[in-house]
Amino acid sequence: MTGIVKRAAMIGALAAALLGFAGSARAQAPADSPTLKAVKGRGQLVCGVDTGIPGYAYQDAGGTWQGLDVAWCRAIADAVLGAPDKVKFIGTTSKERFSVLKSGEIDVLIRDSEYSFIRNTQLGLDEPAVNFYTGQTFMVRKSLNVAHLPELNGATICVLTGTTLETNIADYNRAHNIKINTLLFERPEEAFAAADAGRCDGYTDDGGSVAAARSTMKRPGDWMFLPETIGGLEPLGAFTRQGDEAWTRLVKWVHFAMLEAEILGITRADAMDRAKDPKDPDLRRFFGLDGDFGKLLGVDNQWALRIARDIGNYGEVYEATFGGSGLGLPRGMNNLFDHGGLQALPTWH
Amino acid sequence: MSSRPSRRARAGQWLLLAAVAGCAWYLAHTAAANLRRHDMGFGFGFLLDHANFDIPFRLIAWHDGDTYLRALLLCVLNTLLVSALAIVAATAGGLLVGIMRLSRNWLVRHIALVFVELVRNTPQLVQIIFWYVAVLQTLPGPRQSFVLPLGALLNVRGLYLPVLRAGDFTGALAALAAVALAAALLLRRRLGARGLIAPALLAAACLASAAGLQRPALRGFNVAGGVQVPPELVALWAGLSLYAAAFIAEIVRAAILAVERGQREAAASLGLRPAQVLRRVVLPQALRVMVPPLTSQYLNIIKSSSLGAAVAYPELFQIFAGTVLNQSGREVETIVILMAIFLAISLLTSAGMNWYNRRVALVGH
Repeated sequence: MTGIVKRAAMIGALAAALLGFAGSARAQAPADSPTLKAVKGRGQLVCGVDTGIPGYAYQDAGGTWQGLDVAWCRAIADAVLGAPDKVKFIGTTSKERFSVLKSGEIDVLIRDSEYSFIRNTQLGLDEPAVNFYTGQTFMVRKSLNVAHLPELNGATICVLTGTTLETNIADYNRAHNIKINTLLFERPEEAFAAADAGRCDGYTDDGGSVAAARSTMKRPGDWMFLPETIGGLEPLGAFTRQGDEAWTRLVKWVHFAMLEAEILGITRADAMDRAKDPKDPDLRRFFGLDGDFGKLLGVDNQWALRIARDIGNYGEVYEATFGGSGLGLPRGMNNLFDHGGLQALPTWH
Repeated sequence: MSSRPSRRARAGQWLLLAAVAGCAWYLAHTAAANLRRHDMGFGFGFLLDHANFDIPFRLIAWHDGDTYLRALLLCVLNTLLVSALAIVAATAGGLLVGIMRLSRNWLVRHIALVFVELVRNTPQLVQIIFWYVAVLQTLPGPRQSFVLPLGALLNVRGLYLPVLRAGDFTGALAALAAVALAAALLLRRRLGARGLIAPALLAAACLASAAGLQRPALRGFNVAGGVQVPPELVALWAGLSLYAAAFIAEIVRAAILAVERGQREAAASLGLRPAQVLRRVVLPQALRVMVPPLTSQYLNIIKSSSLGAAVAYPELFQIFAGTVLNQSGREVETIVILMAIFLAISLLTSAGMNWYNRRVALVGH
């Protein structure tokens, strides 16, 4: 009996998905989400971020959290609660991050964490959207006279433990029959110090983190990036608990709203002006003048306007954190799709 | 009559036992239910899966792709190594500083006092990171190594010691020397110092039979050849030993002060020199007071060895509760294994110390 019901439900869902029938989205309860309900009840979003790494998430001299991941947290709070500062940031280590998310201590984890098969399946986590594409990058001293990765055979590299970085190096060693030694550190502070002191020949992490590490060296100019990356493309993004699709959807579309703002050329400075009775249907949808896009996510229809006004578009955030005003890392893979990058999004209608 | 507990007292004990068992059952049940709710199974089969990472410092061979079980063995050995080295150093250092604290010389006494107060009153983790970052990382790079006698090299990557290359008879001679040494120790009552002649001769022959010395040398990025003592091990060892030595020094001082004054005066009146009084009369009696608090210092050293994770020393906590936990996704199991192993090591240590305590305790005093 239940088998038949289940199968019927599945066929129904499949049919709805195939037809892409707009009405079906309205038919299902738009936002029956325990997490969303909890955030609204609490009046605060609890966001798991890195304990402190330039570019992604760090506290500035005034104690305010800054960074690409932090901006996404603020944008979610802005969409749900109407204010970008209604966020409690919890610094999580690479070891504990997923346990903290699964136990419900945080609502969402945005902590320069890589999307992977195992995390999606075995760990039972959803992967709503990628806010930073990168690859495992190596930074070495210029004085080593090394230009390419295979020349690091016999060298020692400082690595943070509890990540995919070690596995990637082990794979690379086996595939190329060389031996790049690793020294495993628990926290970035000691790893940076060891690299700076010459205990290791280099330091490795994803591209953004290596750029951050370089900025903390005594003489950043003495260090260079190797052109090769290993372990394939590393998509970094947010994680949510499985079983709360409505919340996962919200997190995903908050990122897409920041991308949409960049595509439409909406910036922090002009968001309010452009929202004044625009003719363009794309703008009307974005600002909540047409359609019920916010309601479908379980928030009000001005959610995207608030994000553009308070946080800015994705390009602005990148510029301030990793780009020219931040760590000086070229936009590269994180450009919009029409600028040769990988940041793309579904249409809104 | 009075030694037999009343019925009410006995009922109370049964009730207490039932309450404890109930609590344990409730905790286990809740844990199991939570694991089920998060679709997390419980089992130790993952130990036979292949681990895909490198362990930078180890005592036995390791290849990328060995099992998690072997990784566990490697890091248990690393934990035991640093704990054993630290226990030996902390005991020797603590004994020395404890005796210095009671010296009649003002300078010696106060040097020991400053050491104890400085070390005892700063956090241990800070001390370990101090040794690693502030002391050992000021050493020069591998290309500017300090050259020490016998071709040993010292640089920021560690201390590289030359090793003997074994000749044809080296192994056999070493085994014979070990047997002779064991026999000399067993028969030490009858042979005395004469028993050491044979092992010493055999050890000399063993050294002479070696084909030569393998000296470390710069090759590529690193120094190769010889035995490497990594700075991570040294920093952790120094941090563990000095910290415990400060506490042991106070235990030693208290134990020596606990020996009756008359014992010392009697020994002196027999014409023993101060060093003899200390070695023959005071220390053997002080030992009896020392052993129980020493045990808890040793246990502290073993447990604190997990601080090595901060300075990249691949011990149990770092490798097993770090890399293995993350790669296998088995949080509960890895932590259970970790706790069981630390518990086993600690219980064995205290069992050994209790045995020793019974041996040195005064009989029929």
